[in-house]
Amino acid sequence: MSEASAVMDRLSVKSYANEQKPTWCPGCGDYGIMAALKQALVSLGIHPHQVAIVSGIGCGSKLPDYMHANGYMGIHGRPLPIAAGIKLANPDLTVIVTDGDGDAYGIGGNHFIHAARRNIDITHIVENNQIYALTKGQYSPTSDQGFRTTTSPWGVIEEPMKPLELAIVAGAAFVARGAASEPKHLSELITEAVRHPGYSLVDVLQPCVSFNKVNTYEWYSERTYRVAETGHDPHNREAALAFAREWGDRIPVGVIFKRQVTPFERSLPGLVKGPVTARSLDDLGRDTFEALKKRHS
Amino acid sequence: MDVSIEVGGDAGQGVESAGTGLSLALARGGLHVFGMADYRSRIRGGRNFYQVRASDRPVRCHSDPVHLVAAFTQDAAHAHVENIAPGGGVVYDEQLPVDETALIRKGIRPMPMPLNRVAEEAGSKATLNVAAVGAALGVVGYPLHHFERVIFEKFGRRGEHVVDINLKAARASHDHASSKYGPDFPFRLHEITGAASRMLINGNQALALGAVAGGCRFISAYPMTPATTILEWTAARAGELGIVTVHAEDEIAAVCMAAGASFAGARAMTATSGGGFCLMTEAIGMAAMTEVPIVVVDVQRGGPSTGLPTRTEQADLLLAIHPSHGDFPHIVLAPGTVEECFEAGWRSFNLAEEYQCPVVVLSDAYLGGSLRTVGPAAFDWDSVVRDRGSFLPPEILDSREDYQRFAWEDSGVSPRAAIGHPRTVHAPSTDEHDEAGHITEDVGVRRRMMEKRMRKMDTALRDMRGPTLYGPADAELTLVCWGSVAGPACEAAVTLSARGTPTNVLHFSDVWPLSPDLPDEVTGSDARFVAVEQNYSGQFAGVFEGTTGLELDGAVLKYDGRQVSPRDIVEELEREVMQVV
Ligand SMILES: Cc1ncc(C[n+]2csc(CCOP(=O)(O)OP(=O)(O)O)c2C)c(N)n1
Ligand code: SF4
Repeated sequence: MSEASAVMDRLSVKSYANEQKPTWCPGCGDYGIMAALKQALVSLGIHPHQVAIVSGIGCGSKLPDYMHANGYMGIHGRPLPIAAGIKLANPDLTVIVTDGDGDAYGIGGNHFIHAARRNIDITHIVENNQIYALTKGQYSPTSDQGFRTTTSPWGVIEEPMKPLELAIVAGAAFVARGAASEPKHLSELITEAVRHPGYSLVDVLQPCVSFNKVNTYEWYSERTYRVAETGHDPHNREAALAFAREWGDRIPVGVIFKRQVTPFERSLPGLVKGPVTARSLDDLGRDTFEALKKRHS
Repeated sequence: MDVSIEVGGDAGQGVESAGTGLSLALARGGLHVFGMADYRSRIRGGRNFYQVRASDRPVRCHSDPVHLVAAFTQDAAHAHVENIAPGGGVVYDEQLPVDETALIRKGIRPMPMPLNRVAEEAGSKATLNVAAVGAALGVVGYPLHHFERVIFEKFGRRGEHVVDINLKAARASHDHASSKYGPDFPFRLHEITGAASRMLINGNQALALGAVAGGCRFISAYPMTPATTILEWTAARAGELGIVTVHAEDEIAAVCMAAGASFAGARAMTATSGGGFCLMTEAIGMAAMTEVPIVVVDVQRGGPSTGLPTRTEQADLLLAIHPSHGDFPHIVLAPGTVEECFEAGWRSFNLAEEYQCPVVVLSDAYLGGSLRTVGPAAFDWDSVVRDRGSFLPPEILDSREDYQRFAWEDSGVSPRAAIGHPRTVHAPSTDEHDEAGHITEDVGVRRRMMEKRMRKMDTALRDMRGPTLYGPADAELTLVCWGSVAGPACEAAVTLSARGTPTNVLHFSDVWPLSPDLPDEVTGSDARFVAVEQNYSGQFAGVFEGTTGLELDGAVLKYDGRQVSPRDIVEELEREVMQVV
């Protein structure tokens, strides 16, 4: 145990480094997101074994492979329920989901809505590059109208999804937007999101330098502004919804919305006895078992 | 003594509660009971019935024919005339325009009674179902006190008044029926005094009980008939058992939550039926690839697609054997009885953890929903084994260097550990990965990883139980079956043997991986082999022939959504198969 506590003492960004070489393109926004996440975990005093970083499938979803931390790289669109299972089995863990906009809002759209509604204490970081990158450049649910991609050669017809607005409406406890090009600010947002009880969404503007030639670093930085500088009170739901809808010439970043919720797991009768992972397999005991049987006679 | 009573009426008239109440009343009197619901996929209207079979000897399936029908409607009074034994009877309200001559022609006794009036006079029309049960018990000569006790327990919470009107309805019709029809009704039931008290439980409840006894502490599911009662049973007891239950947003979420919980170290399962199982398949492959043990229960119903939502079938076998793309290890269990459901409840977790793979438990509407009496020793705390396989506890991890989650092992099974310990930091991927879990496309690593995972199937085969042979060893006819067909097949074999064709049953409860080895009595036998299954294409027959190399001589296949009865099997064999072979 003494060695374990020595490990605890030396927490730094390096604690989260591993030998893996990211396969991300040079200049990809995902680098900034990973740096911000590591920094946030360090400032929260969370060690690699105390966190679980869950992802789906996509470029950004490879992030857990490039960090020394617990993680689980699942299937496309499903990291939120996997994360929910981890958190509900062991609420002592800090559980974070990192996935792409296609993963989170497209194939995983149903889970996204219900994660917001259910409010398990999970932080969801979406690497939103407005495109499907790993499958080489198809449009995503957040792609702008008119955007030409391999599956929208005529330009995207659908209106883009507004994930922040949807998250607020669905009941999320905490909703923020950050930018991959501003890792310091992003890490502050992630820190606050992790601290905030309930489901927290951090949607991140993530330039994909290979497939999205429209929504570039410049495109985002010309438009973003800090919502805090407007004096916005994130507890004000109506004002938050207005910021959440804003997209185009001006794009707000920062904490858009927050409210106090009781995380789902704290009301779950099955967790009153503590994390299920901490209990022995026979903790039911013969007496309870016999009592259960009796009710069937 | 082996008498079957059917209560029937429209959905919404309390057919099911009448049936379960009747089952309980008979079980409490020391009888062996089998209770089966038969209902349509609608909440109100449409004829439903519930069959309760009671005997002084163990009964493992429903009976065909029945001896007494207690009908709440005209429709129910006529519906199963073909299915009533000569000498049997039909109880119904005297106001209903029931065609008595049609009944009499079949040798069935019409038993009109003032059921509705009794109910109204007792205080509520809604007690019609209780009055009907009282009448049925009166006809077969069974005392009322067990049913009175059931009424008291069921309605006690709703106040004395409610209890009283129900008791009144039951008593009035019991008195009426026993004096008017009881004396010359040939099929009689009486209490067996001094019998051991037995549980009355269905397959879903038994499976849930077995799972929690075996340490399952997480269940996530999405409601789908006929699997829903598994989540309901556990949710109702969540606080008491300390089990996390989640009504997920869909089946994909349900199975992913179970995988996440298992990854974190909990014994976790999900339960669904065909369509939901389909949705889960990608995640079943995920669990196999990341070597996360999960238990997935498929309580089969009539397919394909939404098919027959409330009815039974065994047509998901091939899907259960191949539930996701790619080659991967997994195990399929198919309990055949309530006792086997209980055992599968905990044993599935031992297998899942031993081989770090998904275990599918195939039940069906018939097995999952039918009530059966089981003796007090059947579900025994001391018989429950909780073996986590190579799962490493924290004490061992404290002194372990260089933990590699997917370390090469000859058995294919790498020691597993829950996350949360400083020495077990790892992040498995559904992409191909190396021993540490990192993504790779290296040719050698890929090959070795595939081989490591698939090797588990060879090892697991040793843990799979071979078939059970019921009946005489020197048979002329062997019925090959799996899952819930066990009960009807065994009973059919007894009848066939008594009629001059020595028949036995080769029953499989562990269906994948399937051993090519069969018991000596079977391989040395020159009996004709006939598959009995609840599906159109003889799914198990194909797997059986492919694995054992033994060719079957025929098949009795039923796919109308109703469980094959012993009589169905006997008649079909006498009509078709025996002539063909
Ligand atoms: C069920 C399923 N459908 C499709 C795919 C193919 N696929 C892989 S990644 C991806 C989209 C990724 O987009 P996004 O989540 O935005 O991540 P990015 O690559 O842009 O980081 C798709 C469609 C898959 N892996 N699984
Ligand atoms: S394709 Fe785009 S998202 Fe993927 S790694 Fe390259 S830059 Fe990043």
